[in-house]
Amino acid sequence: MTGLRQPASPKRTLRRPDDRAIDTPDRRVFRSLANVGIAENPCLKRMTSAPNATDAAVIRAFAGIPALLEQAPALIFCGRTLDCECLLGPIDHPFHVSIRGGRIIDLMPTPFLTRPWRFSYRASPAAWAEYWQPLPRPGWHDLLALTKREEATLEGDLYPFMAHLQYFKDVLALPRIHQSAVPA
Amino acid sequence: MTGYIEPMLGRYVHVEIDREMHRIYFEENGAGIPLVCLHTAGSDGRQWRHLLADEEFAKKFRIIAFDMPWHGKSNPPPSWTGEEYRLTTARYTQTVRAFCKALMLDKPVVMGCSIGGRIVLNLAIDHAAEFRALIGLEAADFQAPWYDTSWLHRPDVHGGEVCAALVSGLIAPQSPESSRRETLWAYMQGGPGVFKGDLYFYRVDGDLRGRVEKIDTGVCPLYLLTGEYDFSCTPEDTKRTAAAIGGASVTIMEQLGHFPMSENPEQFRRYIAPVLGRILKQSTSTKQGEYV
Repeated sequence: MTGLRQPASPKRTLRRPDDRAIDTPDRRVFRSLANVGIAENPCLKRMTSAPNATDAAVIRAFAGIPALLEQAPALIFCGRTLDCECLLGPIDHPFHVSIRGGRIIDLMPTPFLTRPWRFSYRASPAAWAEYWQPLPRPGWHDLLALTKREEATLEGDLYPFMAHLQYFKDVLALPRIHQSAVPA
Repeated sequence: MTGYIEPMLGRYVHVEIDREMHRIYFEENGAGIPLVCLHTAGSDGRQWRHLLADEEFAKKFRIIAFDMPWHGKSNPPPSWTGEEYRLTTARYTQTVRAFCKALMLDKPVVMGCSIGGRIVLNLAIDHAAEFRALIGLEAADFQAPWYDTSWLHRPDVHGGEVCAALVSGLIAPQSPESSRRETLWAYMQGGPGVFKGDLYFYRVDGDLRGRVEKIDTGVCPLYLLTGEYDFSCTPEDTKRTAAAIGGASVTIMEQLGHFPMSENPEQFRRYIAPVLGRILKQSTSTKQGEYV
């Protein structure tokens, strides 16, 4: 009766969820970003800090999402009834996103001045970098896991987000699938 | 030549719960120690189909999975006239015990996942002597909520889609895509408000903090297994719960999330086989236990 024998330990192919795993050279950069954001001197505090080179890599990945979405007709179908304006992206440098019929027709970086929006989903650059890993670590693998661990914020009128939750999860995961767009 | 027919058989049993007869659908396979499996909130017994079909387990266990009333092929009771469905601790406990009694199961093992894992803890607190062993998957005495359940049942949001989308993040990224989609498909098929009603037990009525200390694993062994990717019932939630219980066995399952038996049956088998082996060993004085 081999089925009840003590099996070999399950193979582990992912990183251990410990701090050492975070501190690989690639990840260390993103992690430090989570704590930078605003200039240290309160007198010099800005509503949005200037992006550094690594932050810019996350921003570049976001800028590539509309083109990736155009290559995903099933995902566009999921959002076929969705028309909305929202803020998506890094906490300090979100994009103003215009969606019509599931397609992103406009993606404007900050500053976008007085453009209206219904909801925002913004996460630390570290969170986006983790979320886009091919096998994200536990707790970094889902948009709502990130809000639970306070690495992301969800604000505004949540109706379009919740009514199309899987659509937004999948759209915002597109850089994971297309790793060339993911900052490394 | 006929097609491949899976070994489990599905039937209905009439069960009296809270003085009303319920028609409960269940599937079973195997012979031996009764092993009753409880599905997660908002889903149904299909989650256990791989365990039910396991040839090796079925040689020593009578594996049974039933659909809770309102779930799967178990309808709401005849007296229902449209009131909001809400599962309570008392009702859930009564349902499990009544089902076991209706099938005349002799000291069954009960294995539950998520809300099933929570009710297993309540069975351990109040009814331990009735069971041979209890297994809680993704189980804790309490866990912090991470979304507003009102999104689950409102006419302007598709209930099936939002339920599935919410729980999709609880599946480990290593899980096979087909198993992931099958797990979510059951959530897309739940009745309106049923997932939300189950979570009333999970979030409001079934808080077991301060009660799990009463569990005596000397009366009934308790095994707790939680997937590392479960950010709803986290490994820390399970460890905290177990720390208050003397003698509880805790395993954190790698590359698994909140639905181990359905999201990645092969990986789950690696963890549940030793547990079933230990239960088999404790249940027999023959050499069967040496197989594990």
